[in-house]
Amino acid sequence: MERFELLDAVAVPLDESNVDTDQICPARLIRAFAQPGRHEHVFLHDRRFNEDGSPKPEFILDQPAYANAQIIVAQRNFGVGSSREAAVMAVRAAGFRAIVAESFGDIFVNNCFKNGVLPIRLVANEVDALRASLHRQTGAHVAIDLAQQTVTGPDGGSYAFAIGALRKRCLLAGLDDLSLTERYADAIESFERTYRAELPWLKL
Amino acid sequence: MIPEPSGAPAQTMFARIWRRHSVLALEDGESLIYVDRCLIHEGSRPAFQSLDRLGKTLRCPAQVIACADHYVPTTNRERGTGGIDDPAIRQMVESLEHNARRHGCTLIGLDDPRQGILHVVAPEQGITQPGMMICGGDSHTATHGAFGALAFGIGASEVMHVMATQTLWQEMPRTMRITVNGHLAVGASAKDLILSIIARIGTGGATGHVIEYAGPGIRALSMEQRMTVCNMSIEAGARAGMIAPDDTTFEYLAGRPAAPAGALWQSALEYWRSLPGDIEAQFDREVRLEGTQIVPMASWGTSPEQCVAIGDRIPDPLRETDGARREAQARALEYMALQPNQPIAEIAVDRVFIGSCTNARIEDLREAAAVLKGRRSVLPGLVVPGSSAVKRQAEAEGLDYVFQAAGLEWRESGCSLCTGVNGADFLQPGERCASTSNRNFPGRQGPGSRTHLMSPASVAATATLGRIASVRDL
Repeated sequence: MERFELLDAVAVPLDESNVDTDQICPARLIRAFAQPGRHEHVFLHDRRFNEDGSPKPEFILDQPAYANAQIIVAQRNFGVGSSREAAVMAVRAAGFRAIVAESFGDIFVNNCFKNGVLPIRLVANEVDALRASLHRQTGAHVAIDLAQQTVTGPDGGSYAFAIGALRKRCLLAGLDDLSLTERYADAIESFERTYRAELPWLKL
Repeated sequence: MIPEPSGAPAQTMFARIWRRHSVLALEDGESLIYVDRCLIHEGSRPAFQSLDRLGKTLRCPAQVIACADHYVPTTNRERGTGGIDDPAIRQMVESLEHNARRHGCTLIGLDDPRQGILHVVAPEQGITQPGMMICGGDSHTATHGAFGALAFGIGASEVMHVMATQTLWQEMPRTMRITVNGHLAVGASAKDLILSIIARIGTGGATGHVIEYAGPGIRALSMEQRMTVCNMSIEAGARAGMIAPDDTTFEYLAGRPAAPAGALWQSALEYWRSLPGDIEAQFDREVRLEGTQIVPMASWGTSPEQCVAIGDRIPDPLRETDGARREAQARALEYMALQPNQPIAEIAVDRVFIGSCTNARIEDLREAAAVLKGRRSVLPGLVVPGSSAVKRQAEAEGLDYVFQAAGLEWRESGCSLCTGVNGADFLQPGERCASTSNRNFPGRQGPGSRTHLMSPASVAATATLGRIASVRDL
C-alpha cells in the first residue's frame, strides 16, 4: 500500500451530502476494475458524463482549476451505501488521496484505509469553513499532516482530526494489515482450537 | 458453555457476541475478531485476485459461502451461463464459480437448486445462526442480524483478509437501541417500519453504531419481517442491526439443512438462549417508536431518509432549517422531477419491481399477491423471487399465477433490478419505478432512473392504480 505522510495539494469543494457509492462508482462500471487500465473516468461517472459519453464540463470536478486536485472537501455522509471497494478505487484512480467531510459511510472508511486514501472527519463548521475558503480561492491548496493529525486550509485555518492509532501506523508506513495479522498466527490458532471445542456446530 | 465472569457489568447482546469473537485487542483500540461465515458474490472477484497475487489459500474454505446473484440473468436460465449474452457479465458469474471451486468454498452457483440472493439463501439454508460473526462482501449482510448474529458488510480487501485468516481488524462500534412499543397495525409492514426509522434518525443517524432492535413491536415480527428491518440498517448508516434470538428464531432454524441437529442442536439452543443482552445493559443511544403509529411509507427522493407516509406531501426545502438537508432535498426534487408540497399519492409511476434481499422472501410475495389477486396491474413490472427455493414455494402456492394474471412478469431469482447490473434488468433514463428494494440513489436502477422505495403491498397497490398508493387506497 502507498504511504501517506504529508499531502499539500489542490482541494476541490464538493457542496453535497450523501454522495453514495452508487454515484461514486455506478454498479455497471465496477467490472472495469477487474481489468488493468486507466479508470480515472469512473469516479462520479454519471455526474460527469452524458449518456453518449460526452463530458458535462460544468461539473466542478472537471473544471481546469481542479485538474490536479488530490483532496475532496464534501459535506456529510460521504461514501454511504454499497460496500463496493471499487468506489474507493475510483476515487484513487481519479487522483485523490484524501477526503474531508463531516461524516462518512463506515464501510467506505474501512475501504479507504485499504487503498491508501485518508478519510478525515471534521465537525460541520470546520468543513463548511474549509469549503468556503476553497470557493473564495479557486484551485487553492489544502495541507494534510497525518503524523500531526492536522488539516490546514488556504486561509491558514488549521483543524485537528482523530484517527485510530493502528490505521495511522499502517498508513504512515504503507503497511497492509495482512502482514500485521500474520504476526498473531499463534493467537488465532489457539483461539480457534478452544472456540471449535466449545461451539462444535459452527465448523463447516 | 462459556462462563461469564461473575460480577461482570451488564452487557448488550452485541458486546457479548463481540467479546466471544475477540482473538485479541490492541491497546490502540483495534480488535482482531474471529469470523464464522464469510459471504461473497460475483463482486468479490478482486478478493480472489489479491489472494492469488499473494499466493494465499483459504483458512476455512467451506465457511466462505459463494452465491451467484448480482450478475445472474432472470430469464433463459435453462441455458446456464450460456444464457448470458454479454461476455463480460458471463465472465463475472463464471469467475465466481471457478474461484469458489478452486478454493473449496461452499458454492451456490447459477445451476444450483438453492441458488438465490446471498441474504435470502444463507438464512433459508440454516447457514446463518445466532451468535455468529458474519462478514459479507455486500453491505446488506446486515440482514443476518435478524438471527442475533453480528453481521456486516466489508470491502474486497477485507474479504481477502477474512478468507486468508478467518479474522478481521475492527474498532469496536458504539451501540444504539431502537425500541418499538406496540405492534404494527394491519396494513403496515416491516418495510414501513424500517423506512420510518430511517426517516426519523436519518441516513447517517446510526453511523458508527450497531443497532439492537427491541420491544414488543419487534418481538411480534416473523423472521422474514425481522430480516427486512435488519437488512436496511445500513441505510440508516449502521454498522449492523441485530434482534435477540427467541423461539421465533429457533422455530425458523429447526430442520434447516445447515442448522445443527440432534445433540448439537440442544447444545446450540442452550448457547443461543444465553445471547440476549442483560436487562440493565446501557446503550450509547436510545430511540423509541410507537409501532401502532407506523403507516405505509414511500420514498420521494434520492436517499432512503427522504420518505413520507403515502397520505402525505413531499416536503418543501424552503421549510427545512438544516442547510445541508435543504440543499439535498432541492437536488433530490430536481433529479426526481417532483414539486415541493406535491401529495406523494399523485405521482404517476412507469414500472414496478417486487424483489431484492429486502423484500423477496415468501412472505413478501404472499403480501404482494394478496393485493394483486383478482386485480390487473396497469403498469409493466417484474416479480423476482429472492431464491430458487422461494420461487418453488411461491409456485406451489399458485402465487406465480396471481402475478402473471395481473400482467406482471414472473422471473428467476437474482438481484435483478435492485442493482441493475445483469445487463438486462434496468430502467431507462427518467423512468420511475415503485420498488421493494433498498436504495433510491441516483442511477441505482440504471442511469437516470427514479426509484420510490415501498413495501411489497404498496408496490402491488401502486401497480393496480398506476400512481403511488398503499392498500388503504384500494
